[in-house]
Amino acid sequence: MSAARSEANAGGSWLGLYVLAYLVFLYLPILLIPLFSFNDSIQAAFPLQGFTLQWYATLYGNPALSSALANSLVIAAIAASGATLCGITVSYMDLYGRSPLAATISAIARLPILIPGVIVGISLLILVNLVGFGPSRLAIVLGHILVALPTTVVVMRSRFAAIPKTIREAALDLGASDWTTFRRVMLPLSLPAVLSAFMLAFLTSFDEFIVVFFLAGTEPTLPLYIWSQLRFPRSLPTVMALGTAILVVSFVIAGLAEILRHRGLGASRRTAAVNPA
Amino acid sequence: MSTIAAGQSLPESRSSPAFRFAMLLPGGLVTFFLILFALGLVLFLAFRGNNGSLLGAGLTVANFATVASDPLYWTVTLRSLAIAGLVTLATVVTAYPVAYYLAFHAGRRRGLLLFLVTLPFWTSYLLRVFAWKIVLAYNGVLNSALIESGIWSEPTLAFLNTPAAVVVTLAHAYAPFAILPIYVALDTIPKSLLEAASDLGAKPFTSFRRVVLPNSMPGVLAAALVVFVPTVGDYVTPAMVGGPASTMIGSLIQSEFGKANDWPFGAALSVCVMLVILCVVLVARDADRRFGSRT
Repeated sequence: MSAARSEANAGGSWLGLYVLAYLVFLYLPILLIPLFSFNDSIQAAFPLQGFTLQWYATLYGNPALSSALANSLVIAAIAASGATLCGITVSYMDLYGRSPLAATISAIARLPILIPGVIVGISLLILVNLVGFGPSRLAIVLGHILVALPTTVVVMRSRFAAIPKTIREAALDLGASDWTTFRRVMLPLSLPAVLSAFMLAFLTSFDEFIVVFFLAGTEPTLPLYIWSQLRFPRSLPTVMALGTAILVVSFVIAGLAEILRHRGLGASRRTAAVNPA
Repeated sequence: MSTIAAGQSLPESRSSPAFRFAMLLPGGLVTFFLILFALGLVLFLAFRGNNGSLLGAGLTVANFATVASDPLYWTVTLRSLAIAGLVTLATVVTAYPVAYYLAFHAGRRRGLLLFLVTLPFWTSYLLRVFAWKIVLAYNGVLNSALIESGIWSEPTLAFLNTPAAVVVTLAHAYAPFAILPIYVALDTIPKSLLEAASDLGAKPFTSFRRVVLPNSMPGVLAAALVVFVPTVGDYVTPAMVGGPASTMIGSLIQSEFGKANDWPFGAALSVCVMLVILCVVLVARDADRRFGSRT
């Protein structure tokens, strides 16, 4: 028995090394962007040419960049609100609506995972042209609601499913209406998941390029601005400075979403940890 | 699924139609209008001729006939399948040990590791692809590192603008997608199964091969699917690091809706891609059933 255990531990430490190497592979290319954003050279090549902050200075007072950023923030906020609203209602009705329609809606809402972004983009391009408003900020919002929808549905569904059934039943037995039960009991209990779903949807929209490429009108989002700048070798260091700023902000938001998700799951996990004893 | 049965014993008289309507409305609008109706439009457009108008003219199968008869589209489709297949294989095989470690060996570090593994997913996709361009370019990181270390004397063009560059870049960009489903599948294997295997005398490797691996197959298939779908339709990575020899089906669709401006033909190509994905999904579901799905 002890021999088997030490064997397993040895396997674990080899695996640990592998995981470390994997993380290096995952992060090394990404970390080159901040590295070269401080490099005093137009070219992104070793050896490094010395430390500079000039590329960050070029980020200020760039009207095209700041309007793209503002555009992206507004679109991400609206699209994330829409996707979160849909995620909450779709998953709640899927779990508690007890109707085939609710189950169908929930299944279709997770379908965009199985559709490549390019096809989501062109199908909405046809749709918005047919409806009349064409490529525009509204079109981008609709596209990003679709892209973020599977995430918000999955996050909200797992949170609603983790709330003990007895809580909802107690509320209904005590005479609360469906609406009161949802608004005063179920929604407050899943607030961390709502915030986490919103943040993930926000990040998805903020970074999204493949769909937005088809749906943008005259006002580009930040990824479209970056794409337009990647063609000019002279602007590469500025793009890397911008990329570094986005990286830091994305990491912070993703970290906050993770903490919120854990706080949401923490309660149910604590009760689970107490009960088996 | 058992949660759906929750509260089925409760009286249903309180369930107000207004509440149900309000709760089903946002999701219903998005799913039926933005997803089903929009996909229906693509299908419709695929059977129309291009006359410059939004919805084309006439009813025709000419678009599909062109796709089927022109060897260019076969080449590009097969290349897309090969690239997406290789990326899927590479991400799943390299992610499996990571997921295994997370499920069985990570202990206290599990939360942190899970976070670290998923974090790159939340950084800009464009920047992740662009980072590989820096690595692989003629005056890029890999070339300068090889020359600095004296392995090569001249920088080489052989890295960038190859299908191999597309595979590596996509495998890196979609790596986090693969880990989570496999981890969830491994984590939900009842520990009693492993104990039973070892009590019955199975060596660690045997119990991995006969118990862990088959039980984790639903996760592996889910991982393969979530990597395969976005990669098979990708057009950004081929454009940035692939060069002309790695044009993929997504690039063709993009150009039909852009420069080439033949929307019905682009719609027909999209329908073909969706059919390919449908086949892959059906194969995966069949395999899932054979492994005795627990999902």
